[in-house]
Amino acid sequence: MSNSRKIALISLLSLTNLAMVLPAAADPARDAILATLAEEAKKADPAFGGFSAERGQAFFAAKHTGGKPDTPSCTSCHSQDPTAAGETRAGKRIEPMAVSKNPSRFNKVEEVNKWFGRNCNSVLGRECTAVEKGDFITYLSAK
Amino acid sequence: MKRLALLSTIVFTLGLSGLRADEGVKVSPIDHAATLKECGGCHIAFPPQMLPSRSWTKMMGDLANHFGENAALDQAVQDDIATYLAAHAADAPATKGGARFTKGLGADTVPLRITETPYWKREHDEIAASRFSDPKIKSKANCIACHRTADKGEFLEGDE
Ligand code: HEC
Ligand code: HEC
Ligand code: HEC
Repeated sequence: MSNSRKIALISLLSLTNLAMVLPAAADPARDAILATLAEEAKKADPAFGGFSAERGQAFFAAKHTGGKPDTPSCTSCHSQDPTAAGETRAGKRIEPMAVSKNPSRFNKVEEVNKWFGRNCNSVLGRECTAVEKGDFITYLSAK
Repeated sequence: MKRLALLSTIVFTLGLSGLRADEGVKVSPIDHAATLKECGGCHIAFPPQMLPSRSWTKMMGDLANHFGENAALDQAVQDDIATYLAAHAADAPATKGGARFTKGLGADTVPLRITETPYWKREHDEIAASRFSDPKIKSKANCIACHRTADKGEFLEGDE
């Protein structure tokens, strides 16, 4: 096979791959955020094999240690059921995290970075890794 | 004589209830986009008029440790908000009637909570502690659970 045909085939394959992973409510801005996270993940671990909605779900629901005692889980504020609204510690409503219910989720890079920065620190006492972030967004985009 | 007494009781009661109906405290609502956005995500953006400027300055200097949470912002946004809050604080020259909010507050105390100022405590001293821990209210800081238009700077008689 000639080189150019090989490239064409590979890009065709990755296109179909992409199409399979893309959730119903596709959003170029959200895809770009995920692509950046995937690059970061690959840099940290060359064996990185893609984000996983299942891992994201487990991470979202888990009780973590190392963070603030009042907020052991993402679900301490975001609702257990991501299609439902959550509530802050001061009682303010938080709109659902699931993209199906709230299409403007995860499509503004500054917001995403700001809140990952804050909330990962509150819950885990550290930054989230690129894989954790990507899994989280992948899970909620499919929800 | 008796009639007069009755009449004045009625007038007095009417007068009182009239007074109560339009009782309430109003402050200028926040008209600063950054403050509304960045200080309104976890609770309502609280009225700057209800704390002295020294309180806002201290709070804005340590947003990474904000009541057990991290509310940190980029330096430029933080400075912009700090300036706005200080300019509209209880003791800012432009704030009308701000003195009532700091009445009873020692000049060298720097409260970080509105709910810990003598003013706020006086206004809420008849409310049972259990009201605030009610799951529908959750916190004293959830002003809008009782004052439905608190985000417009209106603190009318706490409706349920
Ligand atoms: C202390 C309460 C709290 C906890 C705990 C919490 N969050 Fe949040 N989170 C919020 C609030 C408040 C917002 C901003 C309001 C909104 O976006 O509706 C938010 C927004 C976000 C956003 C931005 C969403 C977007 O549309 O861009 C992300 C990402 C996020 N949270 C991730 C997490 C993760 C991951 C965890 C667990 C490790 C977590 N949060 C735990 C309160 C919390
Ligand atoms: C549990 C409900 C509840 C919560 C929460 C609450 N308040 Fe109130 N507040 C009341 C009630 C009830 C009154 C009226 C007291 C009275 O008339 O005797 C009141 C009175 C006031 C007044 C005086 C109004 C007047 O007519 O003079 C102000 C100002 C005020 N509240 C501000 C706040 C702020 C600011 C917060 C949040 C930081 C808050 N309140 C939280 C119930 C509440
Ligand atoms: C990440 C979430 C978050 C953000 C963003 C945030 N806060 Fe808070 N704030 C809290 C929490 C949690 C409390 C404590 C609430 C309670 O006790 O119920 C609080 C309490 C307060 C109080 C005291 C309320 C009282 O009891 O009288 C003030 C004032 C306040 N915040 C101002 C601000 C300002 C100004 C900003 C913007 C620079 C801001 N907050 C942004 C989470 C946040």
